[in-house]
Amino acid sequence: MRNKLIIGLLILLVIAGTYTYRHRSGGATSSTPPPRPAPDFTLPQLAGQPLKLSDYRGKVILLDFWATWCEPCRAEIPHFVELQNKYGNQGLQIIGVSMDDTRDPVPAFYQKFKMNYPVVMGNAHIGEQYGGVLGLPIAFLIDRKGQIHKKHMGATDASVFEKEIADLLNGR
Amino acid sequence: MLSKRITLLLTLALVPLTAAVAFQASQIATSHTMTIDALLKTLQSSKGDKPLLIHVGSHVLYAQAHIPGSEYMGPGSDPAALQRLRTRVESLPRNKFIVIYCGCCPWTHCPNMKPADDALHAMGFSNVKSLYIPNNFGTDWAAKGYPVAKGE
Repeated sequence: MRNKLIIGLLILLVIAGTYTYRHRSGGATSSTPPPRPAPDFTLPQLAGQPLKLSDYRGKVILLDFWATWCEPCRAEIPHFVELQNKYGNQGLQIIGVSMDDTRDPVPAFYQKFKMNYPVVMGNAHIGEQYGGVLGLPIAFLIDRKGQIHKKHMGATDASVFEKEIADLLNGR
Repeated sequence: MLSKRITLLLTLALVPLTAAVAFQASQIATSHTMTIDALLKTLQSSKGDKPLLIHVGSHVLYAQAHIPGSEYMGPGSDPAALQRLRTRVESLPRNKFIVIYCGCCPWTHCPNMKPADDALHAMGFSNVKSLYIPNNFGTDWAAKGYPVAKGE
């Protein structure tokens, strides 16, 4: 009887520990800003080739500001890889903007996380263009016409992104 | 057999709990922290010592907006930046009022504050405060209209 009680308490502790780990604080916020054109930019990808945002007009874009040292960012990226796999052929294009101070740690991170979308090296200027990237992660959802629909600050549940992406892909 | 089961469950319980607090700024002792309101009052007051303000986060974020007068040292998670920090403060009296801050991401996830706090205390500094920024610098400082400076 006593042993069963101990095991039961330990199972509760496992559940509590897992819940605490997954829900440790740092709440995400989402906003639906008045539609405005996503500021265009041209930035270098990891191999140096330029990426211009407006070249992706016609696609639904998830523009993710992140950094290799940002733990909430690292939690989101595997979900972005899944979303790119799932919706890429329907018109989704995820673009990562690394806000690392240098390019040095990014290629190894890209390989380790098997990222399947382009990553460009960001800077203070693009941060300011997007209203100030003063905390990470920040993600913008941009529709096929190049208008910003949503801004997410902080790590956001993958199901939220998936619903919004599906809506934009279907023109809703 | 039973003790092995209990040991396994205990391990499974402790791993996520430990991970939840590992390396996070939340491990900084409360007595070593300072609220934003308290810092603002200190900066605005005509009396008392003004702190040496040091940013220990990302330069890309610092360049967009930082507390006016604060010095950029580099991310506290970077050993090279910690060395720059040590060099910067080496000649200062050990009771110098120093405030370090980051605001890169939520306080409980920040990899930069604790190493910087530890480094300064290890040097014997007795009046170091870590600015408690619960969410990030944008949400908790800039968006509230508190003073910011831009650039290098």
